Amino acid sequence: MLSTTSLFAVSAEIADPVVKTNLLYEWVGLVPGTMALSFLLILFFGKKLPYKGAEIGITAISLSFLFAVAMAFTWIIDTQSVLNGDKGETAAAVVVDDPIGVGETAAPLIPLAEEGEKARVTIDPIVKEFDWLENGNTTFGVGTLVDGQSVMMLFVVTFISLLVHVFSTDYVGGDRRYTHYFAFLSLFTASMLFMVLSTNTLQLIVGWELVGVCSFALIGHWWEEKANSDAALKAFLTNRVGDIGLLVGMITLYFGAGGTFDIIDINSQAVAGEIDHTLLLIASCCLMAAVASKSGQFILHTWLPDAMAGPTPVSALIHAATMVVAGVYMIARLYPVFWDGLSISGSNINLMALMGGITCVFGGALAFVQTDVKKVLAYSTVSQLGYMVLALGVGAYTAGLFHLFTHAFFKACLFLGAGSLSHACHHTFDMREMGGLRKIMPKTFATFVIGSLALAGAFPFAGFWSKDEILAGAGVWPGTGGNGTYYIPFWFGMLTAAMTAGYMARVIWLVFMGEYRGHAHPHENGNRITVPLMILAFMATIAGFLNMPKPFADFLGIKDAGLAFEHWVEPASVAHFPAISHASPSLSLAIVASLVAGAAAAAVWAYYRRLHQMDPKATAYTDSFVANNKLIRAGHTMLVEKYYLDHLYTHLIAGGTKGPLARAAYWFNQNVLDGTVNVAGRSTASLGRFVYRYIDQGAIDGAVNASGLGASGSGQVLRGIQSGKIRSYATLMFGAAALLAAVFIVVV
Amino acid sequence: MLLNQFLLLAAVLFAIGVYGVLTRKNGVLVLMSIELILNSVNINLVAFGTFNADVSGQVFALFIIAVAAAEVGVGLAIVLLIYRNRRSIDVSEADMLKG
Repeated sequence: MLSTTSLFAVSAEIADPVVKTNLLYEWVGLVPGTMALSFLLILFFGKKLPYKGAEIGITAISLSFLFAVAMAFTWIIDTQSVLNGDKGETAAAVVVDDPIGVGETAAPLIPLAEEGEKARVTIDPIVKEFDWLENGNTTFGVGTLVDGQSVMMLFVVTFISLLVHVFSTDYVGGDRRYTHYFAFLSLFTASMLFMVLSTNTLQLIVGWELVGVCSFALIGHWWEEKANSDAALKAFLTNRVGDIGLLVGMITLYFGAGGTFDIIDINSQAVAGEIDHTLLLIASCCLMAAVASKSGQFILHTWLPDAMAGPTPVSALIHAATMVVAGVYMIARLYPVFWDGLSISGSNINLMALMGGITCVFGGALAFVQTDVKKVLAYSTVSQLGYMVLALGVGAYTAGLFHLFTHAFFKACLFLGAGSLSHACHHTFDMREMGGLRKIMPKTFATFVIGSLALAGAFPFAGFWSKDEILAGAGVWPGTGGNGTYYIPFWFGMLTAAMTAGYMARVIWLVFMGEYRGHAHPHENGNRITVPLMILAFMATIAGFLNMPKPFADFLGIKDAGLAFEHWVEPASVAHFPAISHASPSLSLAIVASLVAGAAAAAVWAYYRRLHQMDPKATAYTDSFVANNKLIRAGHTMLVEKYYLDHLYTHLIAGGTKGPLARAAYWFNQNVLDGTVNVAGRSTASLGRFVYRYIDQGAIDGAVNASGLGASGSGQVLRGIQSGKIRSYATLMFGAAALLAAVFIVVV
Repeated sequence: MLLNQFLLLAAVLFAIGVYGVLTRKNGVLVLMSIELILNSVNINLVAFGTFNADVSGQVFALFIIAVAAAEVGVGLAIVLLIYRNRRSIDVSEADMLKG
């Protein structure tokens, strides 16, 4: 077994738990509670209200957002004060609901001290849990767990959800199921928050499944069209495949950790090496299957592009905040399990890094051939989720979560931008029907370009910082360090950076440059659509600075601003988190990665510019080297057919099992079942004859006759009593009562 | 307090009641005999209740008085109907329950 101790650990001191708490941390359960209440209120009273229930949803999500912001600020203040040496309250003075949760099981710890930095200390998670139900000796709890990770997610989910709510009032305005739409938005948010705040694995599973149900309902919002309801079913069923992995993995963890569902307890045991390594390996592999289905990792990603059938704001919500990041969040939540199980530290490749690497490249390649702008974004999400999983797989925990954070803003911005385009262009998402929209829709254009730049990782937008941190975290580039040397994931990541810039350049050219090719009369949308876009574009611009590297912060002259996100989110010096070594930022890597991405974007741009000069209305070359070369055509077809994965699933796996299974069932029916039935029939017939002759005629008839005779004889005797005279009845009754009394006295 | 005396009184009343029910031909007298039986039971209940210093015996006795009132109401109605049909309330003549 590989040691969980980092190779780069320097000092070896055990930190005391730092306990801080306040009302916000204690009552954070109100946030999912508010959203769940909003769901019920909209469902019951929504239709009677002037705005059809949207006002309830928006009020609830605004309150939740304010709560999340307040909590994020408190958390930041608390974390900074602890960083500056405040030890918080003494652990003994604070009553913690969960006795296992805090550092009592502390194993020897090696908190990490980077060069020139003292060992960092973070606040212990604030756990609030109460019993849900008891079965035997096992108690199932439900509650809230507040730490950097959940505070961050709480902010992201409520923020994106609020903007999506506002955007939706215009986008789905006048829809016939408007009220239900808002009800499910509320439930979706509530479920995700419930999952994010879970204290134990069971609660996590419940939240996970609730999220799946809500996505099913919202993807199939316009279920009258078969394609939409098929997409909803596909999303749900593909997720079920991974859910088996989730259940098996969580059960393995339950038994591996000595019968506990508690996340912090499981994590502490995994860090301390108290759980068998093989069990952790099995659990991590099973959980990776769950991540593959929920977070759209190759090869279970096929549902994600189809999920574009839902209303666009829902796609934004699913892709940015509530659904697909659940898998990434789960990995981060149970990070010590994966850390040990997959031996992330000090190796060159592991399942998670490989899965993420393959997903980001394959998903990025698919984005090149889509003509539907939403599908490009969908494959882009697949690719970026691969990036996050890759980051976590190479041990760059903060980089993975930071990418989740920044990705939420620019992907929501892009999706809502796509919604704005479609709203203006007569409800089409086909890029062949767009073009030249930069002058007609300047606000959408500006925000979309900012989102694309952030996604492509251009300096200084949000994606640049997170992408760069992930590439550095792979530990391949000279001078970056990290937890291992992950060559293959690194090159996958670099390739993806180029592809991301390439396909976003293609989208921007096709949608905004050239001339308008459609038949509608596009127009800029109203404030309820453009204001959320501008807010998101603003966030996509600045969010990256939250975790800028230290040298850059020093360069800007802002003291202590470097790696702020890491300080707020990543636990350090605690018993439930492994000692991770951090990669150092590399200026040369950042420059090379930017150049690669810029070159890819420039190549794509030149390709379409030349096409435009040849034919202003064309969207693809019809006669050229690219169009005529057989190899390229074959590759193109393969991408259009999505690597034939859907064929594999529907024809080979489902069809392949269906045919032989039917034949086998027929043979079984004819030979085994029919044979059995025939034999059974014949033996039943002979048995019947035997029974008739001896048992029926002899025994049963005899018994029946005898009982008949007996009944008639006793009837003759007893009819004498039935005189009709009341007094004789009374006499009998008293006699019997006296007799019973006598028996009673004798016996008792 | 001697419990025996009360029990004896109740037993005597009960026996008289049973005798009345079995021998009297007059329907009204039969009903009155039934009342005797019920009240002998009441005496038992109250006696035991007092003996055990427990009020529930009296409560049961009150219930029985209420039920007995209802029973007499129904019984007298039946007797009245028998009289209308037959011009007699001799219970030995009433044998229409014969199966």
